[in-house]
Amino acid sequence: MADQATFADQAMEFMSPLYTAALRMTRNPSDAEDLVQETYLKAYRAFGGFQEGTNLKAWLYKILTNTFINSYRAKKRRPEESDLDDVEDLYLYRRLGGLEAATAGRSAEDEVLDHFTDDDVKAALEALPEQFRMAVLLADVEGFAYKEIAEILDVPIGTVMSRLHRGRKALQKALLEFGIERGLATRPEDPAAVTQE
Amino acid sequence: MDSQHGGEHIDCTDAVHVLYQFLDGELTEVRRLEIQTHLRACLPCWEAFDFEAELKIFIGKRCQETAPDGLRERVIRSIAEDPGSEGMFRL
Repeated sequence: MADQATFADQAMEFMSPLYTAALRMTRNPSDAEDLVQETYLKAYRAFGGFQEGTNLKAWLYKILTNTFINSYRAKKRRPEESDLDDVEDLYLYRRLGGLEAATAGRSAEDEVLDHFTDDDVKAALEALPEQFRMAVLLADVEGFAYKEIAEILDVPIGTVMSRLHRGRKALQKALLEFGIERGLATRPEDPAAVTQE
Repeated sequence: MDSQHGGEHIDCTDAVHVLYQFLDGELTEVRRLEIQTHLRACLPCWEAFDFEAELKIFIGKRCQETAPDGLRERVIRSIAEDPGSEGMFRL
C-alpha cells in the first residue's frame, strides 16, 4: 500500500509525458491541462490502493486514459470514425524510395524525415481515429510494452498489435501527404511501380 | 524485394510480417535471432527495417511536449485542497 504523503515525490516526474498524451488525446491545450489535473487528483485519491513497486507510470496512464474516455470524449461529442482503410506494409518507405532514385543519395528516405516539422508529425498523429492514436502514442511516444498498453487500454494484446499495425501505417500515409504538400515527395502515378528494387 | 534472400526459416514476407514486433522488442529471442539472420542476408529488408526503426524514433521525438508553466502548481494546489488530503500533502 502506497503512502499518500509520498505521492508528489513519485508521481510529479511524469507530468510532461502525461501532458503530451493528454494533448494528443484532447487536441486542445486547455482540455489537456484539465485532464492532467483531474488525473493527478484521482491518482492521489486512489494512491492508497496502488501497489508499491508496480508500474506507477502505467497506472497513471490508465487513469488518464479512463478519465479521457469517460469525460472528455463524451463532453466533446466529436464523432470518431472507428476504422481505417487498409494500408500496405512499408507504405512510406516504398513511396519515398521513388525519391531515392532522383537524388541518388544513400538513405534519402531518412533525410526526407528531417524535413518534416514537429507540427506535421503531431497533426498526422492527431488525425488518427482515437483507438489507433492511443495505441501509437503509448508505444512510440511513451515507449510502453504491448502488455502495458493492453492493461492501460483494457484490451487484449492482439488488439494492441492490430491497432498499432494499422495506426502506424495510416500515420505514414498522413505523413506522405505532408511530404507531397511540401514538395518532398511526388505522388506516384502507380505506387507499385516504385515498390520493387 | 523478393523472397529468395536470407536463411532457411524466414523469407521477406515473414520478416515484414513481424517487423513491428521486432522493432518493438516483442519477439521471442529465438524469433528475433531468426529475423536478424535474415536481415544480415537481405539488404532490401535491412534497409526497410532500418527506415521503419528511424521512423519510430522520429515520431516519438517529434511528438513530445513540456507541461506548461503553472500546471505543476495547479496540480499541487488541487491536491492540497482536496478534502481527503487532511494536510498530509504540503505545497
